[in-house]
Amino acid sequence: MESIEEMKARAEQAISGARLEIVPNPGPAGQPSLLLDHEHAFAVANFLRADPALRLDYCSNVTGVDWLDRTVKKKVKVKKLVDGVEKEIEETQEEFFPGYLEAVYHVYSIEHKHGPVVVRLRTRDRAEGAPLPSLTPVWRSAEFQEREIYDLYGIHFEGHPDLRRILMWDEFTDFPMRKDYREPDDYEYEPTPHDEVLEKAKQHYAPRPAEDGAEHLAAD
Amino acid sequence: MIDESLKGELQKQGIWVTSMQELYNWGRKNSIWPLQFGLACCAIEMIATAASRYDLARFGGEVFRPSPRQADLMIVAGTVTKKMAPQIVRLYNQMPDPKYVISMGACAISGGPFKQGYNVLKGIDRYIPVDVYIPGCPPRPEALLHAFMELQRKIDGQKLSGASQAEFLKENTPSEYPVPAFGAHDLEPPANLDVFHPPAIERA
Repeated sequence: MESIEEMKARAEQAISGARLEIVPNPGPAGQPSLLLDHEHAFAVANFLRADPALRLDYCSNVTGVDWLDRTVKKKVKVKKLVDGVEKEIEETQEEFFPGYLEAVYHVYSIEHKHGPVVVRLRTRDRAEGAPLPSLTPVWRSAEFQEREIYDLYGIHFEGHPDLRRILMWDEFTDFPMRKDYREPDDYEYEPTPHDEVLEKAKQHYAPRPAEDGAEHLAAD
Repeated sequence: MIDESLKGELQKQGIWVTSMQELYNWGRKNSIWPLQFGLACCAIEMIATAASRYDLARFGGEVFRPSPRQADLMIVAGTVTKKMAPQIVRLYNQMPDPKYVISMGACAISGGPFKQGYNVLKGIDRYIPVDVYIPGCPPRPEALLHAFMELQRKIDGQKLSGASQAEFLKENTPSEYPVPAFGAHDLEPPANLDVFHPPAIERA
């Protein structure tokens, strides 16, 4: 299979205006992925599927990721004038990355027996119902998995034929895999609470106004 | 009621004496028809229990019914998700009295490894009364057989009349329980407090 750089160059050549980006993977897998832009995602996905050298005809997995806002601190050596003498000084710079929701597609070629190629789509922000173009019209197997991502992360896939909840019930309003999800307070008796469970248990202790102070006494 | 020693003496002479209650319970406990449904991996152990190697038929429980109208026993075999719980309660409501429930495995008892998850019910006893609990993940077929024998013992001990009459014969004992509704964040209500009595939370 050709390298991801070649893939990107050919896709950009085939589809005018497509802005692809290669997302490096510094982990042990070292597998870079292709980040598609919203406007041309469908066309690029179609190209990956139809191109005779690639023929990525099988979408094996679609998953969601919730990326929070993050600031990365970097130490940078800067040359500065200190008391009229130029010196190299280490400075910490902060870089802010706004959060987003992400859908990750793993596609293979059954015909050429190669893959996976990792394709990513990112929303503009972490707002509820943030839109992404659906790739179900390209890879039919993404249908249920995009529904699952909608169910658990709240990404709205535009162009999906049947976007509704798949695992949770229709009346459910939360998105439980998002990092800001808070489960309903349903703590019950535990025989040996510790750590986080102990913290939960403490919130359910009966009030002891006599011992804990007057602020817990109900006003008469 | 006939004297136990007299009954034994008569039996030695070839005269078999019984009571209505004994005969009735003997018939019931040796022909428990379970409802045929499984929820997760525990169901595989339940199938093994019903199949030839462990042979639930030895205890009269082999007739798995595909309809709640014909079933005496509900084996809750596996993880009960919040989405599935209303259907389980509805099936229980559709069973005729007397009916029994075996809560099979860690998930059906308490939610098991999925407790505190957003989608799993923390035990089926929140909505329906349970007769026998079997711990295990999943419990072995022997454990299910043991639960079955415990249930048989319970049925055998149920009185038809008197002050200690069996619960299902009492007029004011409900045979149906409210089906929980799907709420915006959780099931509504999260537990039926007429059935479910968790211990009070104590200061650690």
